[in-house]
Amino acid sequence: MGAAQPTRKEVPEMVDFDVVDLPEADHVEEGDTAPDFTRPLVNAEYWEDSALDDAVDEPTLLLFHPMDGAFQATYLYNAVDEHGWADDLQVLGLSISSPYAHKRLLAERGEGVRIFSDPGAGVVEEYGLDHDIDGMTGITETRPAVFLLDGDRTVDYAWVASEHPEFPDAEEIDDAIDRLVD
Amino acid sequence: MTEPQITLYRLQACPFCERVVRTLDRFGLEYRSRYVEPMHSERNVVKRVSGARSVPAIVDRETGVTMSESANIVEYLEGTYGDAATDGGRAADAEGGA
Repeated sequence: MGAAQPTRKEVPEMVDFDVVDLPEADHVEEGDTAPDFTRPLVNAEYWEDSALDDAVDEPTLLLFHPMDGAFQATYLYNAVDEHGWADDLQVLGLSISSPYAHKRLLAERGEGVRIFSDPGAGVVEEYGLDHDIDGMTGITETRPAVFLLDGDRTVDYAWVASEHPEFPDAEEIDDAIDRLVD
Repeated sequence: MTEPQITLYRLQACPFCERVVRTLDRFGLEYRSRYVEPMHSERNVVKRVSGARSVPAIVDRETGVTMSESANIVEYLEGTYGDAATDGGRAADAEGGA
């Protein structure tokens, strides 16, 4: 286990924040079949074990995001709601947070979304998205990643963060959804 | 995946729920677990399904039965799937009515 250590970017002087380059990763890409897995899948009311394969029999937006409560997760679900993605197609999230944390998140945002819980990061690792967060020893996080799947779990569009922090481009996702769903 | 016959609404670490699980396992019944929150106010799905917010609650698709309260559920499972269902109730009597 253990992702390679990120390298600190050369930041021009006068810029007082650091963006970190993440190392190259062998992650799931466009044209791949999204690997199947089973994890608790949380909705606004309850959770139960679900296989991705059982959940995906229609176009699906699969979102890997940092722990619930991190601003990256909050911004992501704000984007889901603002762009109405869950009205266009099935939206499934995944993070290493517990089902209880997912339920709290879904009480506030992510209308119509369901979220897989992967505390051991086994799915995160299988998708090649794992990375370590400095100062949170023992926690394996996921890079932010977006996979647009057709009903056969084929990856039609993929975006994986290559910097930390980095946000997906909502307009690009809009376009990808339009191409797949229309 | 085929849908399991029985859906069990349960709480993590709820001994009454574990009792139902033991009974389901004893009779080899396929079930899926739906976990809800400890707070009663957070259990609308259970109320919608069973009419009450208490767990455990089961839905048996084979018989169309929905039921709450672990003692009732265990009695139902034994009566429907246990030896008592096929031998006129002698096995359940012998166990002291568990």
